[in-house]
Amino acid sequence: MTVLQQAVLGLLLGGLYGLAAAGLSLIFGVLRVLNVAHGELIMLGGYGAFWLFALAGVDPFLALLVVVPAALLAGLALYAGLFRFVVAAEEETRIKNSLLIGFGLGLALHAAAVRLWTADERAVTPAWAGGALTVGGIAIPLVRLGALAVALVLIGALHLLLARWRWGHAIRATAEDREAALLAGIDVRRAYALAFALGTALAGAAGVLVSTGYSVSPAIGLEWTLKALIVIVLAGLGSIFGTFVGGLVLGLAEAASAAAFGGAYREIVGLVVFFVVLLVRPRGLFARA
Amino acid sequence: MLEVDGLEAAYGAGAVALAGASLTVGAGELVALLGPNGAGKTTLVRCIAGLVRPRRGTLRWQGRPLTGVPPHAIVELGIAVVPEGRRLFGGLTVEENLALGAFTPRARAGACARLEAVYALFPVLRERRRQLARTLSGGQQQMVALGRALMADPRLLVLDEPSLGLAPRVVEAIFETLVAINRQGVAVLLVEQNVHLALAVAHRACILEAGRVAREGPARALADDPEVRRAYLGPLAAARP
Repeated sequence: MTVLQQAVLGLLLGGLYGLAAAGLSLIFGVLRVLNVAHGELIMLGGYGAFWLFALAGVDPFLALLVVVPAALLAGLALYAGLFRFVVAAEEETRIKNSLLIGFGLGLALHAAAVRLWTADERAVTPAWAGGALTVGGIAIPLVRLGALAVALVLIGALHLLLARWRWGHAIRATAEDREAALLAGIDVRRAYALAFALGTALAGAAGVLVSTGYSVSPAIGLEWTLKALIVIVLAGLGSIFGTFVGGLVLGLAEAASAAAFGGAYREIVGLVVFFVVLLVRPRGLFARA
Repeated sequence: MLEVDGLEAAYGAGAVALAGASLTVGAGELVALLGPNGAGKTTLVRCIAGLVRPRRGTLRWQGRPLTGVPPHAIVELGIAVVPEGRRLFGGLTVEENLALGAFTPRARAGACARLEAVYALFPVLRERRRQLARTLSGGQQQMVALGRALMADPRLLVLDEPSLGLAPRVVEAIFETLVAINRQGVAVLLVEQNVHLALAVAHRACILEAGRVAREGPARALADDPEVRRAYLGPLAAARP
């Protein structure tokens, strides 16, 4: 594979990193709660698409129309059933307790997925999945290109929601200053619930897209949580597009390392980037000072 | 309208911040709440806003108890608080900040007209409405904070140290606006360190010391009281009539 080909594939995967991270970043930025089961939610989104395809023959890109609303509702339920009890605590307790809840939830979802779908890797492969666009000798797989396009559209939609919608303003205000939001008459518990649900919906969407161009197994959860965390550290909090670009950067960095040292070091490069950014720009590449 | 009776509050298990504070604010009144640092002024404001739950005592608003009502519902009932340090949403524009002030269902009804009224009060905010709030000067930020509270269509406006960190000329302008707002029928509870200015605009004043109201009376009488003058305006002021 040429270097350019690797870079293109890296960017395509990076778009999904960005989407996964945007959801986690939204939740963390607004609730100050770290949901380490985010990757497991992505995994479940993937299985949602897998089931819809295997049982009903639904094209994965159409499955988004089912999985994303379902993930939104699941997010509301998870907030109401679990994370609601954490957000009342002080900042430090909040983070610690959310980590415990997240790990527990992640383990439970992982075990449930093994039961439901076995530990095998699954991928959703509709008839057109093998197609590729060839530009100047570089092959661009159609499903992965479609996944990147959908990721971009979703990021844009989230941006519009936060910029135009009344509750979008409320979510941003709550992220900036919870108490001032309360004093403005915002029911911050609702802002929390909405932000959590939106973040989870993005996880569901990311899962569907992962199931198309890549593969899904019960074990991918932790890996995706880790990628999302790396991207958040890379990009910093507060800018959705910044987060998305952070995902692209990680995808490219992984591709570059694969080209330079072979695929074996692919997983390590993200952690190295993580470490370097923490040393050099601890607030993230795109965060405002 | 607002009746605070025997309010006690503490932070955590330790320091007592309020030790039986009582005061009232009547309809259309402008009441100044004065007192040294650490007297419990901000805690009292936070109790009124619903951010701190008092240990003992009652808070009543238009006859109904306020204890246990969540902060956003208190705004809906007609009490708007301008917090100490303004607390704007710096990453949002001036107009978004103002619009968020009218977030409650009741306030939303007349939000457009009220936004015009706020812009009429502070024309500079209209010029800067697309600017991020964090890029404004301190005085302009205080205007946004005040405007955001007015957007809630309050019957009682509570301000915590609105003059803090502002140039004297800006403070005077803010106070003039406050008096104008009060003349339109909005009751005001003004927490201030600038005793001189607060007593000049207020109808009544309460002096909070160590968590309880030590003195209370018409602002004019307190301004002329030698003891108050010595304690709050300095030894030189005490000598003057």
